[in-house]
Order: sequence, then structure tokens, then C-alpha cells
Amino acid sequence: MLADKDRIFTNLYGQFDWRLDGAQGARKRGDWDNTKDLIAKGRDWIVNEVKASGLRGRGGAGFPTGLKWSFMPKQSDRPTYLIVNADESEPGTCKDRDIIRHDPHKLIEGCLLASVGMGAHHCYIYIRGEFVNEAKVLQAAIDEAYAAGVVGKNACGSGYDFDLYLHRGAGAYICGEETALLESLEGKKGQPRLKPPFPAGVGLYGCPSTVNNVETIAVVPTILRRGGAWFAGIGRPKNEGTKVFCISGHVEKPCNVEEAMGIPLRELIDKHAGGVRGGWDNLLAVIPGGSSVPVIPKSICDTVLMDFDALRDVKTGLGTAAVIVMDKSTDIIKAIARLSQFYKHESCGQCTPCREGAGWMWRVMERMVQGKAEPREIDMLLEVSFEIEGHTICALGDAAAWPVQGLIRHFRPEMERRMHDYRIQTARAAE
Amino acid sequence: MSAHDNSAPVTQPASFAFTPENLKKAQAHIAKYPPGRQASAVLPLLDLAQRQHDNWLPRAAMDTVADMLGMARIRVYEVATFYTMFNLKPVGTHFFQICTTTPCWLRGSDEVVAACKKKLGIGIGETTADGKFTLREVECLGACVNAPIIQVNDDFYEDLDGRSTEALIDALARGQTPPMGSVTKRQTSAPEGGATTLKDLSFAGGKR
Repeated sequence: MLADKDRIFTNLYGQFDWRLDGAQGARKRGDWDNTKDLIAKGRDWIVNEVKASGLRGRGGAGFPTGLKWSFMPKQSDRPTYLIVNADESEPGTCKDRDIIRHDPHKLIEGCLLASVGMGAHHCYIYIRGEFVNEAKVLQAAIDEAYAAGVVGKNACGSGYDFDLYLHRGAGAYICGEETALLESLEGKKGQPRLKPPFPAGVGLYGCPSTVNNVETIAVVPTILRRGGAWFAGIGRPKNEGTKVFCISGHVEKPCNVEEAMGIPLRELIDKHAGGVRGGWDNLLAVIPGGSSVPVIPKSICDTVLMDFDALRDVKTGLGTAAVIVMDKSTDIIKAIARLSQFYKHESCGQCTPCREGAGWMWRVMERMVQGKAEPREIDMLLEVSFEIEGHTICALGDAAAWPVQGLIRHFRPEMERRMHDYRIQTARAAE
Repeated sequence: MSAHDNSAPVTQPASFAFTPENLKKAQAHIAKYPPGRQASAVLPLLDLAQRQHDNWLPRAAMDTVADMLGMARIRVYEVATFYTMFNLKPVGTHFFQICTTTPCWLRGSDEVVAACKKKLGIGIGETTADGKFTLREVECLGACVNAPIIQVNDDFYEDLDGRSTEALIDALARGQTPPMGSVTKRQTSAPEGGATTLKDLSFAGGKR
């Protein structure tokens, strides 16, 4: 188990004051400590330190953060932007919310340091519209950061000018996709852009931009202070560091917790979430990384480790590390059908395979919940899901397909049993 | 795709103007974006207009915002209809958005929905006759370890069940505003009964 001294988010549950200068405020907990010296070490040092830490993006895709930053142009006659993705909407995920409302200064300081690392002088934080109260806290934290001179002109007395703005969304899951977020920030419908060009070349207002998740940015100050090697010493190779996990569903005590990457799933649930409701043997399945990743049955959960590569090896993913636990009382087909409904609702409507396919899959899934389908339709459903996956501008099509594919991969007998039962019932009713 | 319900005709006001106070706020929003990029302020301005107008957004407000930002009106209509938080018709004083996505469903959102329907005598998408309550089913609100959740206007009520949902409605009907957050009084997203981590906080009083 990760030692408390190695935890980054010391105010995860809001036990202390989030403000800059309270008796147990952000500064007392180590934020904004000699930030000027970190800035003075320069852009290359920051990027190299983040590369050495092994930090991979915490928003779901797990792309190496230092590498992403290095794509930003060294020289630019146009402004360059850091955009922080706080549009947290992936079902199961509620980690960024805690960072924003309880540790906002880690995020703000991270914005400054990351911006120095990529030569950006402007940063927008795009927060989901529903987080009204969280946005109030963050705005108040930004205001006090300006008042204290740690951001703004000559931030922290470093000579670096840095402006930071909060932008609230208005209810659209798709705006968590980085190019949809940029469209939305420009005042349009949040419909993803074709890539390339990538945001590092053509991003916000056509200028070089990097979009990073809240958690990714918020861990940066601690990494720079304690050194990339410290962060890289936690977890497994290529899956380093700490991670905030969200454990929801059928556990005794649902919670968020910061743990080491690569912690066994069972240990994570047993130690922090009070175990599966009714005991480990009552476990049916887990969605380990937010709704977009395929479900895994108990047999895999018994031993799997919680990191990018271990979960990829069992054909699922770490995603946002949102662990959705389902015990044996769960109607697993309905649980996944509800996710199909989610993706149908959240499709932006731009690409036909996703717009039409997500709705089609949901309607078929609803029949499968009742058992009102033929076994051969399972293969048809699978085939259609492959026609959606990879055939859309953004990954929402993939995200709609994967839960259904995961269900069929692991719970096909259950789906067939449901159909069998339905046939018997209707035959009896006809007699 | 999400779709706004346009089934019932809405009586639209003839005009809309920001109050002087909100006009100031609107200008502050516009100033966050580079010159010529004022369209970026469309979401904050529509939100401001909706807050000024009893939590729904009439056509006249969209037109006002379009004119302020130099946008074609159709572009603003596109935005207002794309994002789910804009209410294009009147809603009740207490606007209930009940999350029913899988993490909330696993923790009993069906019971929460049933309690709302029973207590208020209305269905999803409907408003009580006295105009006090509107029920809407929404997708993931992003507080899944505190499921199930209802968002009432701006505030999240968490860790609900049937009984606490009814109590929430009773309190609101009496004109009270119960404190937002977990109704079981647990500390935010920490496990019930206390955190399993962050106990050795010797560093919390001083720098590491």
C-alpha cells in the first residue's frame, strides 16, 4: 500500500482548508513552495523531469505526458495554449471533482508549471457545467492566486507572465474529447475535429495547444519538487506513479482513494472500499476504468493489477481508473444496456456509424435484456459494434462499442440463457 | 444524440435584456478571450441569461446574446440546442436532475426515481401543477462514489435512497434548503466511517 508520505493529494476528502493561506491551507501543505525556483530551471528541465517520472495522461488514453508537451513548438509567432480538461463525465469517474474542490491550488500551480514546460502563457480550464459549486471554489482559488501574485504578470516573481481562465461547459459528455472541447471553447457545438492536424500544431483558435486532464496537471508540482525519479519509483515500469481511483457500485464503502499504480484490483477494493458487498465470492464483474472500457468477470478480477498495461493484456483498460463493481445480484445485460443508452444520448451526431449505430445497439441491447432476441443476433450485434469501432472521427464510437463487446466476450452464455428463458415463458403463456 | 423536448408549445417573451449587474458579468466573461474571439463567451452568456430568466432560456435571450457577440443567431440556436443544460422551456423552482446511469443505477437510482414520482405525482420530464418541481432524468453527473445523486438546481444531493429522497422533497416544499452533499453526512468521497488513508499527516501542518 502506498505510504501517506507519498500521497500527492493530501486534501482529497476536504479535511483541510483548500485556501492558499489558511492555518492548514494550501501553502502549509506544501503548494506554491519556491515555485519561482522551479520555473527558473527552465522549460527543458521541466519536460525532462516529467518524462523521467513516466507520467502518462490520467484522462483515459495514457499517453506519455512529457512526450506530449515536447510536441509544442519551440518558437511560435502565435500564442500557445494549455487547456485543462475538467469536463469529467465518464460514468464511474469523480476524481477531478475532488481535486478541483479540495486541492485547487495543486491544479493552478500545475497549470503554471506545465505552461512554462511548453512555453504557453495562457491557460483555460474547461470544467463541466454541472460542477457549479466546484467551479465556484476553483474561481475563488484562481482569484486568490492572482491577488497573491503567484499567477498573472511576473508569476511568483519569476518574470514569467501567465494568465489563467476558468470556462464552464453546459452539459455534453463529448466535450471531454479534446478537439470537441476546443470547438466548445470557441463557442460552437462540441463536435470533434478530424486529426491531423493535432492540437499541438492547430488547436484553440488555430494556435498550438495542448489539452491535459486535471489529474495529470495537478500531480506536476509534486513531481517537480520531489523529482521524476521519486514518481517513477512507484508502480511498475511504464505504469509509474500514483493514481486516484474511484470505486463505485456494489462495494461496502464506495470511495475515492489515491493509490500506487499497479495495485491488485482485489486489494484496492478490499482495503479501501470495505470489500465487495457480500464478500469477494459474491463478485460478478468489474468495469475497471470507466464506462468506456470492457467489463471483466470475477475470474480476471481475482488477480489483475490496476495499471495501463496489465488491464490492456486482459482486453480492457485503465481508462480513468473508475472501478465500477457489480455483485452477483446484478443484471449484467441491463447494466451494459444502460451504458449503451448513455452513448446513444451522448453521441454528437456528426459521424453516421456512431449516431445511428449507438442507438441501434441500445435498442438491440434492450431486447437482449428481456431475452426477446435470437442467439444469432448476438453475432450480428458484435459485427455491428466492429463496424462502429474505428470508423468515426473520435473515440466515442469505440467507447460505445467496447462495453457491448466486453459483455459478449464474457457473458454470452448469460445472454443466451435469457433468450432461452424468454422463449419458454412465452411458449407457456401461449398454452 | 440528446434531443430537447419540443412537443409542447412555449410562450416566448417578446424581449430580453441583461440587468446592469449581469451585463457587467457578461463583459467580464467576454474579456477572458482574445479580441475577435468573443464567440467563446457564448456558453457563459447563455448560462447567465438562463439564470436571470427563471432557469430557462427564451428565444429572445439567445438573440440578445447573438447580437452582443456578433454571432449569427442560428449559431447561437445551434449551441443552445446542443448542450443539455439549457432549458428551452420553463422549469420548476426546484429543478431535479436525477442521474440514472449505471453507477447510480447499481446503487438504487430506480428507487430514487420512484420516490420522486410517487411524492410529486408527476413523471420524468414533467412539472408539478404549482410550478415548484420539475423532474428530469440525466446522464452521469460525475459523483459516482456518492451514488445515487440528484442535482437540484446547482446543488448535488448524494448517497440518496427512497426515504432520504422523500425527505429532501419535503424539506424543499417547506421552503428549506437542506445542506448539499452526502445526505448520510459522510465526509465527501471518503469511505463511510472514515478514510483508510491520509492518517499520517505529520506533513499536513508543515511542508514536506
